[in-house]
Formats: sequence, structure tokens, C-alpha cells
Amino acid sequence: MSNETTHALAFSPEDLPQAESFFKPHRIVLIALFVGLVLAIAILMRWDWLPRYVPRLGSGILVSLAMLFSTSILGFLLAIPLGLVQVTGPWFLKGPARLFCTVIRGTPLLLQLWLLYYGLGSLFPQFPTIRQSFLWPYLREAWPYGVAALTISFAAYEGEVMRGAFAGVPEGELEAARAYGMGRWTMFRRIWLPRAVHRALPTLTGETVLQLKSTPLVATITVIDVYAVISKVRQETFLTYEPLLLLALIYLCLTGLLVLAFRYFENRIPTRGA
Amino acid sequence: MDSFVNWSLLALSAPGWGGLLLQGFVHSIEIAIGGYALGLLLGIGGAFGKLYGGPVLRDLLECYTTIVRAVPELVLILLLYYAGTDLLNQLLGLLGLGAVDISGLMAGIFVIGVVQGAYSTEVLRGAIKAVPAGQIEAARAYGMSPAKVLRRITLPAMLPYAIPGLSNLWLIATKDTALLAVVGFAELTLVTRQAAGATKAYFLFFCAAGALYLALTLVSNLIIGVIERHARRGFVEQR
Amino acid sequence: MKKTLKLLALTAALAVTGAAASSAETVKVGIAAEPYPPFTSPDANGNWEGWEIEFMKAVCAEAKLDCVVTPAAWDGIIPALTAKKIDMIIGSMSITEERLKTIDFSDKYYNTPTGVIGTKGEDIKPTPEGLAGKTVGVQVSTVHQAYATKHFAPAGVEIKEYQTQDEANQDLAAGRVDAVQADAIALDAFLQSDQGKACCDYKGDVAPDVDVLGPGVGVGLRKGEAELKEKINAAIQAIRENGTYEAFSKKYFDFDIYGG
Repeated sequence: MSNETTHALAFSPEDLPQAESFFKPHRIVLIALFVGLVLAIAILMRWDWLPRYVPRLGSGILVSLAMLFSTSILGFLLAIPLGLVQVTGPWFLKGPARLFCTVIRGTPLLLQLWLLYYGLGSLFPQFPTIRQSFLWPYLREAWPYGVAALTISFAAYEGEVMRGAFAGVPEGELEAARAYGMGRWTMFRRIWLPRAVHRALPTLTGETVLQLKSTPLVATITVIDVYAVISKVRQETFLTYEPLLLLALIYLCLTGLLVLAFRYFENRIPTRGA
Repeated sequence: MDSFVNWSLLALSAPGWGGLLLQGFVHSIEIAIGGYALGLLLGIGGAFGKLYGGPVLRDLLECYTTIVRAVPELVLILLLYYAGTDLLNQLLGLLGLGAVDISGLMAGIFVIGVVQGAYSTEVLRGAIKAVPAGQIEAARAYGMSPAKVLRRITLPAMLPYAIPGLSNLWLIATKDTALLAVVGFAELTLVTRQAAGATKAYFLFFCAAGALYLALTLVSNLIIGVIERHARRGFVEQR
Repeated sequence: MKKTLKLLALTAALAVTGAAASSAETVKVGIAAEPYPPFTSPDANGNWEGWEIEFMKAVCAEAKLDCVVTPAAWDGIIPALTAKKIDMIIGSMSITEERLKTIDFSDKYYNTPTGVIGTKGEDIKPTPEGLAGKTVGVQVSTVHQAYATKHFAPAGVEIKEYQTQDEANQDLAAGRVDAVQADAIALDAFLQSDQGKACCDYKGDVAPDVDVLGPGVGVGLRKGEAELKEKINAAIQAIRENGTYEAFSKKYFDFDIYGG
């Protein structure tokens, strides 16, 4: 996905409001109305279930964040060879990489998740030796499947981004590196990779926010993230509005914090005209 | 020895489940088309509101797009499907109109449409901003009414900028329909899970559903390529 | 601009009338959108069949209601009822105090014990001590989840919760959970299947707990719908008395599942 599309889909650092803009008259009225609405919701709606669930909500948020960061990092690491091989690689690596990216990006994440968890799960009874292997404790749990599916999905989308980034690094710089007598690995390590990552950075931050928006799906395969905790609240209290509003608020805060963190780091990384 | 894969389960008529899967697929496409269209309508309104509207309208639209862009689609789908339709019924009740029976299809289109609307607003806003200001000024200098400027200058000129983003939104709409399985709407992913649950052939059915989605994506990409080439004829990339 | 406004108003009016027209006299009966044999399961044509579907048809015929099967996600079925997306729940929903706070129930229409199935050859008993250290799968939003959380979790049993009963059975066959607790009849249907026969056997009924498990299964209704409740109760009694209940139950069970 291009940078513009990612920006359209994910809340990005450019969208954070500036502090001065809060003091315009119409905005003050709107903020007052909004605070009034929040107070009305807090007072008039049923929140008696909240104290019971706070520790579970906390651990759910930690699980969500763990899913987000682990899969983003692993997915990015996988995306680098995927992107590189589509630019340089021999045909027998380029083809499968393209196929992989096309298939993963062409099917819904929910389907991939269920295919991994229930599809592989249905194979286990047919191969009893799996249960004795060292992998069994991991194949038994649900979170490895969540991590695997999210990582694969992130890698496929980032693979496209990295492909564009690797292809976009000016050819002249690579030639200069070769002229200096740098070996292929040194050129990759010192010129190509850093320049490509610099080019891809704005899109990557947007894609990480998108990854956060994908993490709730793991709740459908019994991983207890914050979405699963709120689902439990909904099932036990039968309330329609309150749990979902709280969940939306939690994700708004998580996204906001993530985007603030990205803006802080973006300002610290020097980008000399990437 | 029995074949490893029981292909007869995919047969188009009973006892094969292929026919049911295709029906679910058709439902998915229906919701995707309806939701995408609704999203475009909301997006056009939203983009114009954000670019030319008053400060209050702009702030409200900013809230709308921020919430949709920051909250996961799954949560939005739950919110709109349960809380949204309940709110709608209560509003209609207040107005004395009686509860409206919102069919599953309408609810699904509404949900996908609202989400797509926020995305379309951003894509279209970016595309309209990219239209050279000089062209709009020239149109106004000619005395064209705002509606005419919109129809003859802005919309055609912004299309080449908007099409990559809008085509991505279409692909996202087709994949977001799968999330409606979580609210029990009978689209392809839910039907696949039901069929897999009834026959225990999980791998086969999920792969079949994946193949259907992939086919939809590939066909969409072909059509989008054609549309893009047509829209870009005579178009000079402004750098 | 005026033309566009008129067009929009016309479309909106059409949409509302189109939507309203479908809300005539039909009663939408909510069932869980998942296979739950032998009570409800989809066939390859997309039609739902099973004991509970036959029960629904018999009751609706007796009460002279035009019932339409409306599958809904199980974990949202009660909000769907209160939001008027469906008008009744016939989904093997047990009558419990907790649920009675939000919705109403008809008289019970069946009552069967709750059991536990587990991997063949494993020493598992359906008691807190017998399951200690093991993993038990239950479906969310069910009395079984409430029972397991109340009795098994404190004894050190890990509870895994699934969106559908089917997925819990699937994970038992895959070996991800050691046991599954659910309605004895539904579990028996799984054990009759090829997959169930190969992997698992019945470990026994759990100790009864009427507060959590409820006195039986009833038709879920919105609060305040006294007239509909009357009709349904009368219909249930009628089909019990005139032998219809027995007639269609015989096709599925060789004992009376109405229970005591």
C-alpha cells in the first residue's frame, strides 16, 4: 500500500492536533460539549462491573501490546528478505515471494487465522507423533498461531513496501559503494538497507497502527487480549453500550500513545532528504 | 485407499457444500459493493465538508475520521451492529415511527459503509487537494457555478489521484466483510466455518474460501488496472 | 442542488418503507449460527434441521405464529433479542437467575444433564479433583462456562473458552484441551461422529448445581411480552399433551428429554 493509502487508513503522527489550536472559540464550545457527553455517559450508564474487571483489562491490554510489538518486529524482519528478493533475486526466489505476498494480501486475516488454528488443529489427530515432539507445548497453545498469522500478514504487506523502498534507493549510491570495493554484504548493510528503511519509515509507522487494529482478531482463537476481556463483560452483563464504548476508548488511547511515540522517534532520527 | 482430500464435499449441490459457499460468497460481494458505494457517498460529503465547510463541521468530521482510523474495524463493527442499530431504532421510536426491521444485509452495508466512509474521506480529500488550484480558479473565472465546477473540473481531475487509494479501499472492503462473521452474518467466512464444523474438513473448506477471496482480489485488480489506464489518459504526473 | 435533495429524500423514504415492510407479522426466532447437533445443524442446502427446529415448527404451528429461523452469533444473541433484531431465542438456552435479570423465559421444554468428555485413555473424572491440572474447554455465554468457572477453576483447572461448541470439540480432538464440558446430549452427538469415536469418550455427568445450571431449557423472550409468553407456554403444554412432542422426539432420542 502506498503511503497515502496507509495514511488514509491509520491515524498518523501528522494528524495529531497542535496545542494552540485548542483555544479557538468554536473548539472550546465543542470540547465543553464533549466533556458534558463523557460525564453524562459516566454518570447515567451502568459501570458497576468495572472494578471487578480492571486487573483482567490490564492483562488484556498487555497481551494486545505484546502481540502488536512481537508481530511487528518479526514481520518487519521477515519483510526485508521478501522485499529484497523481489528486487534483486534469482527467479526461483522472486516468484515464490511475489506469490506469497499476493496470496496473503488477497485473503482476509480472519480466514488465515482460522485456517492456521483450526485447519492445522484438524491435522493433529491424524499424526499422533506430533504430540510427543518438543513443539507440542507450543502447538497446544493458541497464542503461537496468533503470532504466526499476524507476523505473516504484516510481512506480506511490508514486503511490498520494502520492495518499493529497495527499488527506490538511487542506483548511483549503490554504484558508488561498489566502486569503493565494498562487498555485496557490506554494501547491503551500510548503504542499501539503511537508505531503504529511511524511505519506508513513514509508511511503517502507519502500518504499525494498522497492525494494532488487526490484533483483536486473535480473540476468536481463544487468546485473551483486551477485546476478549470486553467480550466476556458483554456476555456476563448483557450490556450493549458500556463495554464497547470503553473498548473503543481503550483503543483510541493505545493508538494515540503509539502515534505520539512514533512522532517522538521520527523527530529524533535524522532524515537527510530521503 | 481414500483420496487424502474429499473433493466431493465441494460439490455444487447437496450433499456437497460448494453451492452454499458460493451463496455466502455472493452475500460477501453484495455487502462489499453496498458498503463501498455508501462509503464513497459519505466520503464525497466528508471530503467536501473537510475542505470547504465551516470550522464546526470540520471538527466533527475530524472526530469521525479519527475514531474510525484509530479504533479496530472489529470493534467498530460490533459498535455499529449492536449499539448503532439499537440507537437507530430508539431514535425512530422517539420520532414515533416505530421500530424498523433492519435486515442483516442492510446492517452489514451500513457498518462497512460507515467505516469505508472515513477512509474515503481521507483519500478523496488528499486527491482533491492535489488538483492544481489554477484549474479551479480558471473555472470560477469563467463564471461556473460551484456545482458545475465540481462536476466538470474537480471530480474528473481528481480521479487519477484518487484511483490508487480508492482501489485499495475496495480490496479492503472485500476483506472486511469477513469480519461480519463475528456478528453472525451469513457471508463466506461464517458459512465456511459452519460447513467445516459440520463436515470436520477444516483445511479443505478454509482453503476453498481463501481461493474464492483470492479470485475476487485478482479479478478486481484486473478491472482496476483497466479503469486506471482509462482515467490516466492524457494525464501528466504533477511532481 | 434542489434536485439532489429531492432525490436523497426519495431514496431515504423508499429505504425506510422497504425496511419497514419486512417487519410485518413474522416472528424471528434466533438460533445460534453454528452446528449444534442434534438440536440444530445446517445441511448442505443451508436449511437448518434438528430436534430444536422440529420443536420450533411444532410450537409455532400450535401458537399460529409465522416463525422465521434467524441465525445469530451466540455471544450476542441476548443483545440481539433486547435490540429487537430477533423476537425469540430457541437455542438450548438454560433458564438461569442471571439471564432472568435481562430477559424472560417460557416454561422449560427440555432438561438434560451436563457431562464431561475427554481424551480416551486419560484418567479424567468430572469433578474438581479429577480435573485438577488439566485444561477444560467450554463455550462462552453458557451455563457450562459459569459452572466451570465456579467449581473447576478454583481447583486449579485451566478453562479455555470458545465461540462455538463445535470449536471446543474440535480442539479436544486436536489435543489442545483435555476435556470438554457441555450438555450431555450434544456431547453424545459428537461422540457418535467419526472424529469423536476416534479420540474421546464420556467421562460422566457433573455434580448437579441448579443455581448455575438452571432447571432446564426455555424459550428466550423479551421482558414485557406477556401475550407472546402466554402463547408459547400454551403451545408447549399442548404439544406435550397431544403427543406431537413425543412424535418428533422419537426420531432423535429413545428417551424423554423433557426431564423431571
